[in-house]
Amino acid sequence: MEKKVFIADLIAKYRAKRGGLIPLLQEVQERIGYLPRWALEEVAQGLDLSLAKVVGVATFYSFFRLKPKGRNIIRICTGTACHVRGAEKVMAAVKEELEIGPGETTADGEFSVETVACIGACGLAPLMTINDEVYGRLTREEVVRILRELEAKEEVKV
Amino acid sequence: MELLTVTINGRRLQVPAGTNILQAAEAHGIHIPTLCYEEGLTATGACRLCVVEIKGARKLAAACTTPVAEGMEIYTESERVVAARREVLRLLLANHDLRCLTCERNGDCRLQDYCYRYKVEDTPYEGVLREYPIDSDNPFFIRDYSKCIRCGKCVLICAEVNGAHVYDFMERGIDTKVTSAYDDNLQETTCTACGMCVNVCPVGALVEKSTLWEGRAWEIEKVTTTCPYCGVGCQLKLKVKDGRIIGVAADKSGSNRGHLCAKGQFGWDFVHSPDRLTRPLVRKNGRLVETSWEEALALTAARFRAILHRYGGKAIAGLSSAKATNEENYLFQKFMRAVLKTNNVDHCARLCHSSTVAGLATAFGSGAMTGSLDDLLAAEVIFLIGANTTEAHPVTGYRIKQAVRRGTKLIVADPRRIELVKYADVWLRHRPGTDIALLNGLAHVILQENLWDKEFVATHSEGFDEWRRVVEKYPPERVAQICEVEADTIVRAARLFGRARRGCIVYAMGITQHRSGTQNVMAVANLAILTGNVGREGTGVFPLRGQNNVQGACDMGALPNYYPSYLPVEDADVRRRFREFWGTELPAEPGLTVTEMMTAAAAGKIKAMYILGENPVLSDPDAAHVEKALKNLEFLVVQDIFLTETARLADVVFPAASFAEKDGTFTNTERRIQRVRKAVLPPGEAKADWEIIVALAREMGYPWKYPRGPEEIMTEIARCTPLYGGINYSRLEEGGIQWPCPTPDHPGTPRLHAEGFSRGKGKFHPVEHIPAAEEPDRNYPLILTTGRNLYQFHTGTMSRRSRLHQLRPHELMMIHPQDAAARGIKDGDTVAVASRRGEVVTRVQVTDDVPPGTVFMTFHYPEVPTNVLTNPATDPVCKIPELKVTAVQVSKAP
Ligand code: SF4
Ligand code: SF4
Ligand code: SF4
Ligand code: FES
Ligand code: FES
Repeated sequence: MEKKVFIADLIAKYRAKRGGLIPLLQEVQERIGYLPRWALEEVAQGLDLSLAKVVGVATFYSFFRLKPKGRNIIRICTGTACHVRGAEKVMAAVKEELEIGPGETTADGEFSVETVACIGACGLAPLMTINDEVYGRLTREEVVRILRELEAKEEVKV
Repeated sequence: MELLTVTINGRRLQVPAGTNILQAAEAHGIHIPTLCYEEGLTATGACRLCVVEIKGARKLAAACTTPVAEGMEIYTESERVVAARREVLRLLLANHDLRCLTCERNGDCRLQDYCYRYKVEDTPYEGVLREYPIDSDNPFFIRDYSKCIRCGKCVLICAEVNGAHVYDFMERGIDTKVTSAYDDNLQETTCTACGMCVNVCPVGALVEKSTLWEGRAWEIEKVTTTCPYCGVGCQLKLKVKDGRIIGVAADKSGSNRGHLCAKGQFGWDFVHSPDRLTRPLVRKNGRLVETSWEEALALTAARFRAILHRYGGKAIAGLSSAKATNEENYLFQKFMRAVLKTNNVDHCARLCHSSTVAGLATAFGSGAMTGSLDDLLAAEVIFLIGANTTEAHPVTGYRIKQAVRRGTKLIVADPRRIELVKYADVWLRHRPGTDIALLNGLAHVILQENLWDKEFVATHSEGFDEWRRVVEKYPPERVAQICEVEADTIVRAARLFGRARRGCIVYAMGITQHRSGTQNVMAVANLAILTGNVGREGTGVFPLRGQNNVQGACDMGALPNYYPSYLPVEDADVRRRFREFWGTELPAEPGLTVTEMMTAAAAGKIKAMYILGENPVLSDPDAAHVEKALKNLEFLVVQDIFLTETARLADVVFPAASFAEKDGTFTNTERRIQRVRKAVLPPGEAKADWEIIVALAREMGYPWKYPRGPEEIMTEIARCTPLYGGINYSRLEEGGIQWPCPTPDHPGTPRLHAEGFSRGKGKFHPVEHIPAAEEPDRNYPLILTTGRNLYQFHTGTMSRRSRLHQLRPHELMMIHPQDAAARGIKDGDTVAVASRRGEVVTRVQVTDDVPPGTVFMTFHYPEVPTNVLTNPATDPVCKIPELKVTAVQVSKAP
């Protein structure tokens, strides 16, 4: 219930504004971390928009997330240097290991995969970051090893 | 209209200013290809297939979004244009699941057609083919988005015409997909199953399920006809393959412009129901058994003859049908009058709009809708009272929503929170049965604040002063008390309506089905005269007729006091003319109405009845009484397409043809006479109603002959029905015609009373608030009001034998949370509803869409026969029963 209250407040704030939907969704995402269905339903109702329209806007902009992020964020660089040195292979290895692609989260909520443009460490290409730690000069085997290690750690935590 | 001169492909052409290049070219037979453009929807210019070259412009322009300008020089098929179009097509092919071999749209697909036209065989692009799962979860159509070309037409028609807003563009770039939010199944969305998205889809992405694997486009015949459900009279095309209907396509020739609702689009499958009657039945040893036509006709004729001989025509009565064609209604009343010598002929319009016919005829001189449905789009304000348009007359509901979207103001007066309340500027939630007080109250404010049309009243009306004295007794404060609406809200509504230059008043059964029905209608008429809202564009009084052909059945004289064209039976001169025309003696005394017939039958005064396509056991008030009355008859003949609850009581049952199996005409609620065309053969030995009536007349010794069928019957109608004097089938080929149409060269009449009222002057009728016959009391504390839902129709005879049934399979009585809580009732519970006359058991829906103190039920479900509860108290003028107000008690079923 309480969560609905804060959305109602936001709706009241943005209702009269033209183009208020996007900043409104941004605020919602800041509060919850992503845009859950119930929140979009509230927003649609409050702004008198169709759910289809609101979801359409939310899925159009890359800065909105419709699913919660995983506990570990894997970012694969697809900048030019990484691209030519095999970012595709890194991506494939991640996909093979975690069974998810960019923009997705594993069912257990452990990992999310994203792509980023050049992070300015081209010397290490191809690379990925996991929770802001950089892993460079990756090969398929290397990726698998790193991920398995992390998975093992996570399991101990639980 | 200003004309501009443009040159298209070297031809100098005159085109109206304000049109776009596409329309201008099309008007001169130059076809520019389009994928995303649809007339009547926003032009988005998304697909770029319609690009043309304009001399002097650097870039190609989209024809659908570029208005013509004086002197423009346009090339629609230049080399540059063709190259651009080929590029568009190649890009589309790159992401298209090209399966023409088995695609249902093969041969009827825009993408395929244009690839052929521009010789695009393949694509050089390596696209990403998304194999989306095919959604086939709803009962009506599949969604195969691997074939979607993202034209967006489904998004637009669903939002801009239906107002359901189911779809939108999801994701971006190459991943863009047009679908419902979260890809939800349509049943979980606001979808109303109108199928319009399917009809506008240019490719095989949205496809009716009923046509899957049934045949190729070129094997399917399309027959244009009129929807058999409600009085909007939508035109549609039946898709026919091997003698069976397999689907419906849009037809743009009618005022529905190709728009349909779930009933018209998906409700046709009752035609092929295994429950159809295929042979005549007669009662032998108490049971109905199949027999031959010869025996059934001979027996019927013999019984009618004997009863006629013994008791005279007064002992016989007939119910004609608002579902049958004009030709059949005409023959039926002719049969009753000329052969059975009685004026006891009526039909179910008695139960819905007889008060309209009586009220508007005395006020204006004609009982029909004054304007055309299109006038709603031109109104500044629409006042809707007692009409749940979006469910009962969906396509007219679309028009009201479209008008509101374009800036028309809307006032809704309804005790229920109907869908259109969402679109309303003012909602008057008045207590059921207080319409006159409300209407007088609005008139009061309009008078008080000088918002009335003094000139119109002075030149076009009579009875003003007397009426004014009555209305003065209805200040907003008093009305507020009677209606339980805030006085302020009444004032606001009155100002909104009074200030507009063009206003329409739309009403339906919420006004007519009352003891005071005729006076309710008069109160509506008073308000229209006072504000001068009759006879001009964007104005008028709009009674919405329930059944597909209620208007026609009335026009044809299926009424106890009127011959065709509302010529009064009591007028000796008129009677003489019909006697000469039909060549036989005719009874002089007006006959009995439906409700009176039932009472007379129960009392043994009516001995025989002939009922055509009606189901009074479910549709009439106090159903138990009706059943008793019919059982009391010596002889009952029922003619129908199914063995209805009424047919089960008959001595003879004739199997009739459905709308798809015969030719004829229906007249819609805006007086438009439209063709019904035979698309398939009737099942077994079933025959069209007109054939059966003719056979029976011949059996009774009258040499009726119509070798050219309904067309010839219409010729006869035109000769004795001044309103239809100019109607013939060859004219109707070009589209419907609105009566009055007195002569073959008359174009028809979109607006009545345009040159002053038909009766000379509009008449103000002083009418006073009368409480409903049954006010709630301690034992029966709630008001029951009845109506329809979107997916079912009338007594469900047709709609429940169609796949529509799946959408709302059972009755759900609506009750307010307060009333529910007081009785310990929860959503989904089963309850007993009792009135002074009977009791039914139903499931409930707890909702504040109904006000406290009021419950709502439909009458579509035979297992919940709502009309055993309702009150047969009738309006003294037109005898319409008070179906809208019944005092009931509700308790949780044990
Ligand atoms: S069937 Fe009608 S309401 Fe449903 S999605 Fe299609 S257009 Fe919208
Ligand atoms: S489903 Fe059909 S109508 Fe809708 S966007 Fe795709 S191609 Fe166009
Ligand atoms: S609005 Fe009425 S006439 Fe039109 S399709 Fe629906 S039921 Fe048929
Ligand atoms: S391209 Fe990957 S870090 Fe620069
Ligand atoms: S038809 Fe004009 S841009 Fe699509």
